[in-house]
Amino acid sequence: MSDFVHPGLLFILGSLPIPFLKGSARKAYLLLIPALAILAVLTMRPGSYGAASFLGQDILLARVDKLSLVFATVFSIMALIGTVYALHLTRAGQHVAAFVYVGSALGVVFAGDYLTLYLFWEAMAFASAYLVFAQGGGPAIRAGFRYLMVHVTGGLVLFGGIILHGLGTGSMLFGPIESAASAGTYLILAGFLLNAAVPPLNAWLTDAYPEATVTGAVFMSAFTTKTAVYVLARAFPGTELLVWLGTIMAIYGVIYAVLENDCRRLLAYHIVSQVGYMVAGIGIGTEMAVNGAASHAFAHILYKALLFMGAGAVIQVTGRRKLTELGGLYKAMPLTVALYMVGALAISAFPFFSGFVTKSMVIAAAGQDHRALVMLALTMASSGTFLHTGLKLPYYMFFGTDRKLEAREPPRNMLVAMGMAAVLCIGIGVFPQPLYALLPYPVDFQPYTGQHVTESLGLLMFTALGFVLFLKALDPENTISLDTDWFYRKGARAFMWLAQRPLARYEQAVSSVSETVVLPFLHGAARTGLRIDLSGVDGVVNGVARSILRGGATLRRLQTGVVTQYALAMIAGVIAAVVVFTVVWR
Amino acid sequence: MIRRIVDFFGDEAHARQRRRLFYLVLVLVVIADFVVPRESTDYLWERLPGWSAAYGFFSCVVLIFVSKFLGHRAGLMRREDYYE
Repeated sequence: MSDFVHPGLLFILGSLPIPFLKGSARKAYLLLIPALAILAVLTMRPGSYGAASFLGQDILLARVDKLSLVFATVFSIMALIGTVYALHLTRAGQHVAAFVYVGSALGVVFAGDYLTLYLFWEAMAFASAYLVFAQGGGPAIRAGFRYLMVHVTGGLVLFGGIILHGLGTGSMLFGPIESAASAGTYLILAGFLLNAAVPPLNAWLTDAYPEATVTGAVFMSAFTTKTAVYVLARAFPGTELLVWLGTIMAIYGVIYAVLENDCRRLLAYHIVSQVGYMVAGIGIGTEMAVNGAASHAFAHILYKALLFMGAGAVIQVTGRRKLTELGGLYKAMPLTVALYMVGALAISAFPFFSGFVTKSMVIAAAGQDHRALVMLALTMASSGTFLHTGLKLPYYMFFGTDRKLEAREPPRNMLVAMGMAAVLCIGIGVFPQPLYALLPYPVDFQPYTGQHVTESLGLLMFTALGFVLFLKALDPENTISLDTDWFYRKGARAFMWLAQRPLARYEQAVSSVSETVVLPFLHGAARTGLRIDLSGVDGVVNGVARSILRGGATLRRLQTGVVTQYALAMIAGVIAAVVVFTVVWR
Repeated sequence: MIRRIVDFFGDEAHARQRRRLFYLVLVLVVIADFVVPRESTDYLWERLPGWSAAYGFFSCVVLIFVSKFLGHRAGLMRREDYYE
């Protein structure tokens, strides 16, 4: 135990003192915890830690192997970058929530059993929801509640699956699910797919992330979907369904991105698209494909965070988020433009940027597995990725129509965080070997071949040609797009309508019937009762009472107060009784 | 340096240079695709020089028009106060 410090607990317990620290002491502390976590992950040795028994179940707090280490490494690096980006925040709430969120994500990544996993899974949902609520205002709070409701539902589905799976197999240990398809397996898969934002369970992501705080969205873009990718890679590698879901996802995200006007929602749709590559890779399930999924998750966290940081910087300084209201910012914020573009080139998989060495591994794995259609669809999604994040978004946000917005570079800490992510995006692209060495399986893949470079450049540059030629068709429009959240947003409205209209009317009708028919009847009955009571019952009662009174008055006259007369009366009585007894009784 | 590069892509003054550079890159990329040694030839399209350029352009156009069709004709795009 002594050589293992759980980085997740480091974050969760480490979040407790944050509210009590002030000024630069807090800033130093905020940076110290992620730095320690990175150290803890780097010095970690594979093995099982924290085994215990709880309610007769085997619990394994941490299982360290190559797959969990890849994700833990990038999670702790990302936590440091995200914390630097959020360092200027003076209120403790978001820092605490972000730490608990990161800690829980790390808890899931190391969880060796389903109960531990579930506990951290739920903590992640609540901590991340705070990052939406913290934005304040009606839209954010409503989106936050929707986000929470969806995740609580997903958590329940997962929990049901865990119970069924546990009962079926007799073990709560978390590992590859090889048993034949059962209800429990499907429920667990559904719970995981929801967090991976696989359509049609994707809308929570694109609904909530753009409503989160500028700094909160950066954390959110990194952790929830990627923990889901990790658990899918752990439990369901080689599941055929995932290949197709992943491929559909990759295309789904880019199609919606064309329609989107909100800069961070556009990026959120690209999370859906990019996670599609990972899900497809896991579904293919070969060593190369799982390597590709894991490495793409690693690269994705860094470039996607960089893109969210760039868009966040624009929102921070202009207060605007719609592409129809942005434009011409490149003069005022050239550093932000340059750093954002590093992320954009990385996600688009330009040679010498991180996406090039990871995304291509998934596509090549699809090719090796003789899946031509998957390969073509994923390549098409790559074109769409560059079209939006590399061309459309920066064009309308930073260039395009000059809206004469007052802008400047964002606070220094935000630029530093973006710089850190940018260095890693380029570093991984130029020297992929350290990342490849981290991957779960030995890597036999060479991204830098002449053919691959020219093919990639051809695809991307001719996408750019399409963009230039059809620029007018891409002009952002002041609209929102219907996604699967329509069902519960309108569904909830239908439910409220049902509650407010038919149910409320029924309630009103019942009460008006009681007011117009039942109440008068009751009043009448009461009056009749009163009358009967007064004339009949009272008459009898009064008559009896009067007779008794009269009798009493007569009796009173007989009372003389003379003892001898009373004694005489008693004797007379006794004699009368004896007479009655002897005469009548005999 | 960064400011100058960003300005090159933003300023109207460089529009002509930008366009020339862009077309030059397009031509060079296609030429390179013809001369590059082909190691991976499992699929038909991997043997066709210039395929990726054509497919990139095709993908871009398909994505734009299919999405806009879904947005406008199939009714995915709605007024911003749709959920209000």
